[in-house]
Amino acid sequence: MTMSDLFQDYSEAAGRTGAYDEMFTSGQQARKSYGQVAGALRELSLTDVTARADSMARTFLDRGVTFDFAGEERPFPLDIVPRVIPADEWTVLEKGVAQRVRALEAFLNDVYDKMTVVADGVIPRQLVTTSAHFHRQVHGFEPAGGVRVHISGIDVVRDAAGTFRVLEDNVRVPSGVSYVLENRRAMAKGLPEAFGQQLIRPVEEYPRRLLSALRKTAPSGVDDPTVVVLTPGVFNSAYFEHTLLAGLMGVELVEGRDLICRGNRVYMRTTAGEQRVDVIYKRIDDDFLDPLQFRADSMLGCPGLVNAARAGGVTIANAVGNGVADDKLVYSYVPDLIRYYLNEEPVIANVDTFRLEEKEAREHVLDRLDELVVKPVDGSGGKGLVIGPDASKDELEALRKRVIADPRGWIAQPVLQLSTVPTLSGDKFGPRHVDLRPFAVNDGDDVWVLPGGLTRVALKEGSLIVNSSQGGGSKDTWVLSDSPEVPVEALPRPSITVRERVSVWPVESNWRDRQTEQQQ
Amino acid sequence: MLSRIAESLFWIGRYVERADGTARILDVHLERLNHLPTEERDKVARELLAVMGARPESDEFGLEELLHALAYDKQSATSIAGSLGAARENARRARETVSSGLWESLNTTYYGLNQHRKDVVGTYRFCHWVLERTAMVSGLADTTVSHDDSWLFLALGRSLERADMTARMLSTRDVLSAGMSWVNMLRCAGAYESFLRTRRAAFGDQHAAEFLLLDRLFPRSIVYALRDADECLAKLDPSAQRVGFINDARRIVGQARTFLEFHRTDDLMSELPEHMERVQKAVSQASDAISRKYFNQADELAWVGEVS
Repeated sequence: MTMSDLFQDYSEAAGRTGAYDEMFTSGQQARKSYGQVAGALRELSLTDVTARADSMARTFLDRGVTFDFAGEERPFPLDIVPRVIPADEWTVLEKGVAQRVRALEAFLNDVYDKMTVVADGVIPRQLVTTSAHFHRQVHGFEPAGGVRVHISGIDVVRDAAGTFRVLEDNVRVPSGVSYVLENRRAMAKGLPEAFGQQLIRPVEEYPRRLLSALRKTAPSGVDDPTVVVLTPGVFNSAYFEHTLLAGLMGVELVEGRDLICRGNRVYMRTTAGEQRVDVIYKRIDDDFLDPLQFRADSMLGCPGLVNAARAGGVTIANAVGNGVADDKLVYSYVPDLIRYYLNEEPVIANVDTFRLEEKEAREHVLDRLDELVVKPVDGSGGKGLVIGPDASKDELEALRKRVIADPRGWIAQPVLQLSTVPTLSGDKFGPRHVDLRPFAVNDGDDVWVLPGGLTRVALKEGSLIVNSSQGGGSKDTWVLSDSPEVPVEALPRPSITVRERVSVWPVESNWRDRQTEQQQ
Repeated sequence: MLSRIAESLFWIGRYVERADGTARILDVHLERLNHLPTEERDKVARELLAVMGARPESDEFGLEELLHALAYDKQSATSIAGSLGAARENARRARETVSSGLWESLNTTYYGLNQHRKDVVGTYRFCHWVLERTAMVSGLADTTVSHDDSWLFLALGRSLERADMTARMLSTRDVLSAGMSWVNMLRCAGAYESFLRTRRAAFGDQHAAEFLLLDRLFPRSIVYALRDADECLAKLDPSAQRVGFINDARRIVGQARTFLEFHRTDDLMSELPEHMERVQKAVSQASDAISRKYFNQADELAWVGEVS
């Protein structure tokens, strides 16, 4: 089989979805950015492709690149066709993501302080204070280091017209960056031909960027800050990511029970006694962080952390209480927030969103539940989300009741035909919908966006839900670079002297001859 | 023990370690080579082969030839297949001394050499497989052979070769200075995570090279490997406990190690090639000295050959 066989019914299937295809134009021509990938795939037969896909899956399992699905460790499916983003498109995305992070940072500083944004009438006070993640426990102090959104994941999608739009913001505990790192490693070995000589921006510097940002935002006066990653433990679905990041940053991975708070400082128990901890990269939900402030029954956190943060004795990244900024109802105000705080126009637009608290919008939506996507405002991982066209009558009826009972709890959006990328399915490639989560690291002075990010793909034909918990996989995401750095190879190099091996052949001299005979 | 057996064991140690090191180097560099333009790639392939101590046999030398020369060529002592074949052949000669576990794992490895596709992707799998097999051989050697003189010769060969391979790994740095980042260099030695844990936030070429050269606790660092070799030599020759030395190999290994360990420099990177050359020279001299002292001489063998 050749590429044409593997892509036999592709254009027809792509036409059915009505979506923007990342690889092909409508005439089944590969876009320029995909030239190298298309060329590599053309050389492969079905057997090659499946053998490589299998071997990549096997590597993931061996390396423990898994997520927890209903109590079972599963390899995170990685598709063999990468998602390629041309340099010019990435420049815009990068700018848009950084802009959003700066706006959300300013918003968080404001709502936990003077709330000028409310006083100036940009966003209703009630909307902020009714958010499930607005935590009064952290009101009225600036966190040590001055940063709240150290790490963020801004989910973007491409609509049918090919325009990027922000789907949601994640500024609490965005996960998935470990797959970005692992995907690149696996692809470099699984489909080396596709890399060719094009310049693909590397992703491996992420852990170093992260560590340097975390260290930079340590409480003032600490010369050589100690950073730890706080995990809920081995049963967490993202545990693999916690271990990988701690390992790549070379810092301790701690659980709540390893920490002690005393005198508004945090220490970890080590074999060499208690050691001061200056920065905690928190990978557990706020609700479980500090039983003195939040859920008293939590065994995952450490009592006293919030007070220590308030006193400036420890930096918690991301800051406690960030959830108010990624509330989906607040999301609908982010373009206004960008204008208000930064005095700029949003670089990437939102998806049109109905606020169900507003009577008119609610009535409009309730009439069209079967055409819209309805999402809970504080959900993540695609939980609770209802896609109207795919839902049964009963589901829609149940949804209607819940929306009427709690309009603050829901938003509605039109069904977006997310863009598609060819994805291996059975014995051929089919178009599958993807989203993109670029990751940003904020060190207080500068927002750095990891080139690319995590492309998640819905593996089921026609499905728009990309979450790994609901049958999603991922793709390696390549950002092409158009400005090659000066290749070091161009510089004159000392020539290599060949130092031949002096090692003697330690078996009788006729061994080699005999071996040759045997082989003949 | 018989000199002949001791020699075989010494070379099992060396060859298995050589296969391991070559697989590591090949695995990491292959990724880089793939991304280079053809002309540049052929040039770098040639240089990489030179670092590994061999010359191309013909003028036509590209990626495919490199794979053959470093991975699959059974006739060459530089290639993985050649090294593992030679290790197995040595084990066959010392069959009654090595444990059956060690022999079997070497033998199985030998028969598995042909079961791999010889393209780029297949070579990745091959390197991975070789690392697994050599780890198994090493592990069985450590756990199923008494740590007497015979094991000491094996460990001696292994640690000398390890110092040599790490030196070659570090020498490959200037072959591919464009893409061979220190991250890859550390991955090559399996040292990435260990390095990160010791270094906190201090990253960079200089630190990585220092780690692989001088770290006293990382088993694949040159200083560590040379110290290991020194300890084996000391145990093999317990007569010289108080003053001086009577063993050339100990002198060479000890001097090479202390030179590195106590060398003071502000610019390790510029001195690196010189250091690497010194290490490789020391290893080959030590190996010769060991042969002279413990193993049969080649000319004696030749004489025996005439009689029989």
